[in-house]
Amino acid sequence: MSAFWSAWVTIITLAVIFGCTWLLLQTRKGETYKEETEETVGHEFDGIAELDNPLPKWWFQMFMGTVIFGLVYLALYPGLGNFKGLLGWTSTNQWEEEMAYADEVYKPVFAKYATLSVEDLQKPENEAGLKMGQRMFANNCSVCHGTAATGAHGFPNLTDNDWLYGGSPDALTQTILNGRQGAMPAWGAVLGEEGVRDVASYVQELSGQEADADGAARGKTQFQALCTACHGADGKGMLALGAPNLTDNTWLYGSSFEQIAHTVRSGRNGVMPAHKDLLSKDKVQLITAYVYSLSNK
Amino acid sequence: MSTVTEHPTYNYKVVRQFAIMTVIWGIVGMTVGVLIAAQLVWPALNFDTSWLSYGRLRPLHTNAVIFAFGGSALFATSYYVVQRTCQTRLFSDGLAAFTFWGWQSVILLAAITLPMGLTSSKEYAELEWPIDILLAVVWVSYAIVFLGTVKNRKTSHIYVGNWFYMAFIITVAVLHIVNSMAMPVTMWKSYSIYPGAVDAMVQWWYGHNAVGFFLTAGFLGMMYYFVPKQSERPIYSYRLSIVHFWALIATYMWAGGHHLHYTALPDWTQSVAMVMSLILLAPSWGGMINGMMTLSGAWYKLRTDPILRFLVVSLSFYGMSTFEGPMMAIKTVNALSHYTDWTVGHVHAGALGWVAMISVGATYHMIPKLFGKTQMWSVALINTHFWLATVGTVLYICAMWVNGILQGLMWRAVNEDGTLTYSFVEALEASHPGYFVRWLGGIFWLTGMLLMAYNTWQTVRKDSKAPAADAAAQAA
Repeated sequence: MSAFWSAWVTIITLAVIFGCTWLLLQTRKGETYKEETEETVGHEFDGIAELDNPLPKWWFQMFMGTVIFGLVYLALYPGLGNFKGLLGWTSTNQWEEEMAYADEVYKPVFAKYATLSVEDLQKPENEAGLKMGQRMFANNCSVCHGTAATGAHGFPNLTDNDWLYGGSPDALTQTILNGRQGAMPAWGAVLGEEGVRDVASYVQELSGQEADADGAARGKTQFQALCTACHGADGKGMLALGAPNLTDNTWLYGSSFEQIAHTVRSGRNGVMPAHKDLLSKDKVQLITAYVYSLSNK
Repeated sequence: MSTVTEHPTYNYKVVRQFAIMTVIWGIVGMTVGVLIAAQLVWPALNFDTSWLSYGRLRPLHTNAVIFAFGGSALFATSYYVVQRTCQTRLFSDGLAAFTFWGWQSVILLAAITLPMGLTSSKEYAELEWPIDILLAVVWVSYAIVFLGTVKNRKTSHIYVGNWFYMAFIITVAVLHIVNSMAMPVTMWKSYSIYPGAVDAMVQWWYGHNAVGFFLTAGFLGMMYYFVPKQSERPIYSYRLSIVHFWALIATYMWAGGHHLHYTALPDWTQSVAMVMSLILLAPSWGGMINGMMTLSGAWYKLRTDPILRFLVVSLSFYGMSTFEGPMMAIKTVNALSHYTDWTVGHVHAGALGWVAMISVGATYHMIPKLFGKTQMWSVALINTHFWLATVGTVLYICAMWVNGILQGLMWRAVNEDGTLTYSFVEALEASHPGYFVRWLGGIFWLTGMLLMAYNTWQTVRKDSKAPAADAAAQAA
């Protein structure tokens, strides 16, 4: 802040503290009685009188104690405008020190597993590493994927060995480090409501559900024109694009007719955030190993 | 209601209106509180209905208890106290009536808009801009009525209770107007004119001073009249009241930053907020000492007078929560307590233990006098209410202490690899018993308020069996 505002803050902060102290000392000096009294100061309001008792001694001392603590604190820590405080403390350097300390303490714990492959980490002797992966999963991933990694509406189940982007160690590491964008375009404007419902019927049929046969027949034509580029001619999806297999019974956004129709009409945007700036490679390695273990027991 | 002989000098009509609404809004606000407390125990109780969901009802609860219940109690007592201690009628009957109907309209609009999800999203200042403007007009009218009455006083000095009421009224006007500055976009949507961290600072400057001036200074004004009046004792120390009044209003202004420890707020504001919060301890306790010591020599009255019990226990909770507050403002303590239920418990130690207890005590003192009776219809019911309220408060606070410390410790626990030991959900599961006990505390409080409503009705209704005061006593 500018020199003016710094001086302003300093002056009014100290004025409040010293002003209170001055009032306290003046009042104490002007006391008529030093011991408890039944004498009043002479006013009366609706029958209420006010006694001329002195300030309680312990209260006076407590007040002075907090004032002294406050002044010492403001000398040691930043508070009075631009004055940095004698200790040179800032919240930023406190955070940096804590992070450096954590790095120093925990780095060796992770380094032990850094050279092992995801497959090796599945071995019983590395169980402790897998456990660490599980805990990091709970801290970082469970908000969306659930504590048991079974997913939720819009968030994939990671325990069923059914993968949008592949379940190999490499694919998993890529997903965690760089994130994924699953974009299903909205076809409502192109297909019209009739077309949307026809395609939805066809998708139901693809997955072996009961469907309106006439609608599905009409929808098939539309599907082949618009959807196969991503989902494939057979509707089995495409790993490279994260386009889901529509012929199985795994559904990210629900399998009911209305839910499928909604997906076709309005599209979907699934986002897996990138973690490369949040988690070290060593940590991602262990999380990958844990997620891999869920489908490869 | 009973036909009341009007007081020859004072305007009791507006006091009666606010006193009755205090009881009604108390029940409404606490019912909503009990419902949302139940939702935290049994989440299905939001019935999948948007306007019954926790996020919308929580601001309704806080607005209803602070501004509807607490506000009505402050209006009622301040109008009662200022007339009696200045020995003059309210400055303007018309303007006083406007503050009553205006204030009730603000509350009604809040009760409609908040469940609809219309909110400025600032805590304790959620109301949207049209209601904010109405509130500002009502509040300025209140200031005119109160200050005008003090100006017309027949006494040479201004009574200490009125200093506190004046500080409360003037400061709340400033706080409300500055914090609610916003750019309207539509009829029910506006954006704060302050950017980012400045907005947060202004919000908590407002937020903590809402506690300091609305819930503390205002209720200290109440304390300074009803404690000496009910105990029939003189105020313990005039000198103490001078020092603690000025020190309290001077240091409270700075304390708001302690709501934003370890955030994007600049370090210097956090340090100053912490220091001022600690210095605030002695000025806060000045009020407790003055109240408690006023009672010395009248302790025996506690055996027979449940109204006095309400007042004494409120002072105890006031002392306890104003000790707890400065401690929680210390950064290292705050690192544990912040964002946990400890904060919620601290607020309710003040809100239930101090604010609600003293309001209830003051209302029980006033109602018979306002309606020409010598006392409430049933003193035994007041006593039952007292115990329900005390036990309810203790259950509430203890549950939140346990939950708060538990959450704080679980959130910071780490494994040998530096990962968090507990997920958020695990801390939430561990909090479940505490939420149940808190809900039970709320039920106790609400039951007490229902007894109060029944007792009040039996005192003020037309064929009331409560003993009538003679004409001379009524004019006193």
